[in-house]
Amino acid sequence: MEYLLIQVLNGVQLGLLMFLLAAGLTLTFGIMDLVNLAHGSLYMIGAYLAWTFITWTDSFLLGALLALPATFIVGVILEVVVVRRLYGRDHLDQVLATFGLILFFNDLVRMVWGPAGKSIAVPAFLSHTVQILPGVSYPAYRFALIVVGLLVALLLAWLVARTRLGMLIRAGASNRRMIAALGVNIELLFSLVFGLGAVFACLAGLMTAPISSVKIGMGDDILILAFVIIVIGGIGSIKGAFVAAMVVGQIDIFGRAFLPELLKSFLSPASASAAAPAISQVLIYVLMAGVLVWRPTGLFGQRP
Amino acid sequence: MQPRNMIALLLLALLAVLPLLTQAFDQRYLLSVGTRIVIWSIAAVSLNMILGYGGLVSFGHAAFFGIGGYAVGILSAEGIQNGWLQWPVALAASMLWAALVGALSLRTRGVYFIMITLAFAQLVYYLASGLEGYGGDDGLNISRSRFAGLLDLRDKATFYWLCFALLCGTLWFCGRLANSRFGTVLRGARANELRMTALGFPVFRYRLVACVIAGAFGGLAGILIANEGAYVSPAMMSWVKSGDLIVIVVLGGIGALFGPLYGAIVFFALEETLKPFLDLLHKGWGEYWQIVFGPLLVLIALHARGGMASLLRRRDG
Repeated sequence: MEYLLIQVLNGVQLGLLMFLLAAGLTLTFGIMDLVNLAHGSLYMIGAYLAWTFITWTDSFLLGALLALPATFIVGVILEVVVVRRLYGRDHLDQVLATFGLILFFNDLVRMVWGPAGKSIAVPAFLSHTVQILPGVSYPAYRFALIVVGLLVALLLAWLVARTRLGMLIRAGASNRRMIAALGVNIELLFSLVFGLGAVFACLAGLMTAPISSVKIGMGDDILILAFVIIVIGGIGSIKGAFVAAMVVGQIDIFGRAFLPELLKSFLSPASASAAAPAISQVLIYVLMAGVLVWRPTGLFGQRP
Repeated sequence: MQPRNMIALLLLALLAVLPLLTQAFDQRYLLSVGTRIVIWSIAAVSLNMILGYGGLVSFGHAAFFGIGGYAVGILSAEGIQNGWLQWPVALAASMLWAALVGALSLRTRGVYFIMITLAFAQLVYYLASGLEGYGGDDGLNISRSRFAGLLDLRDKATFYWLCFALLCGTLWFCGRLANSRFGTVLRGARANELRMTALGFPVFRYRLVACVIAGAFGGLAGILIANEGAYVSPAMMSWVKSGDLIVIVVLGGIGALFGPLYGAIVFFALEETLKPFLDLLHKGWGEYWQIVFGPLLVLIALHARGGMASLLRRRDG
């Protein structure tokens, strides 16, 4: 029972991390109609910048606080130099150009930071465990991830639903040309939203770093998962991304935590532990295929 | 004969004698580059059929590398090395997968189609890496398909010529198909799906058939890749390979018959020349050739949509 609770929490934590990535993607897609494969690169760059600043300042919090605006600047520069030219282009052009950006950033990071992975230590003030229920303890860092993730999700929901910027974002998602005609500086809005997505990606990257590692191409595989999440949730829908991220997080953890035991009843232990992660990934894609067959525009997507 | 087809035929003639040239100048390595160019051209020609003629951006074409390759690999690991048996099974598996993926993904449009094809390819990728009995993540060493008495695939030149002949066959078939009624319907649906439907064409079925044909040729390329290195691994169908295939198709010129061939030549030539060139500028830079290649792709996406084929066409006036 305790094991189950801990695994559910792990799933929530993974889901929230993926939600941070998916939120940026779904915003840029919803408003600018942009397929941005390079979003995973921002996640990687955010994590590397965090490593640099944390090593430099010798403080996790200070380093994180410096990395977030730094990644924001990287995002805005990227938007102004390249991405801006891709709005309104064919999706194929966007895929090709942002694929080029991935190659560029992977090699750039390798050149600047070297081929070896980096690790960020769990900050000292979070290296203990907390009692979530009598007798059930959980690492404080992972617990903090859940808290921060939920806070950011709430912040984003508030930002989109209650603020002027959010109003413009929603208006932009439903009719881009109209809000430009109404005198909104749409270029600035796009740069801001892209930068915001970069900040979320950085946050996800730097928070993941202490529980995995900072390495080249770390964004590539998780990017695909983030895409799966926004497709399941319905492209452009923050709510959809949240729901889908939670479901995908649970499936992933279920596959890692429970499937090996389940498979051991009819497979050898070695092949069971090898097959389980693969099967949990497969389950995620099967879920996506199922959702798309049932609702071709995702759970919360706009109907054509 | 139009001049731009002349260029393509010259290129094909050059490729046809490549083993003789590499032997004469003792450049064994070039032959392996040539083999890769020819195999990837086959896959790119097949992708061009759905992406170029059909207008369907499939981001999961490398899955067919894996299915074709693993079909050969698994049969070989089970002791069946007869190519006459392996190849039809591999092709059938690829077509079956293409039919399944096509039937599900063609229900979606635009970016959803891109993502669902990508997701299905990832699914195959993870399935392959979960096959612990067949090497899992590390891949599987196999022995090459046997065509007793007819061909010895271990001979590099023989293998190259086989690939080359298959490429010519693929080009011939896809060229015929593109100009047939079938190809016209496919292109019509790309231009205006609603109108084609109104004209009474079952667009969905045409596209599905196109997917299955493309899947067969993609699987063929997978069979060849497996036989080239005598090795299959999940890495051969990583999503980056699907991206590379799209790059090749766009680089060569979308919807142009010989485009994928030009694209593959330019793609591999860039890879092989950028590295030594950057090393020449500064020792050690060659390792980071994608810092140059990536922005090049961005520029191509922004400014050179027609690819190589349209450059050649423009020169014809």
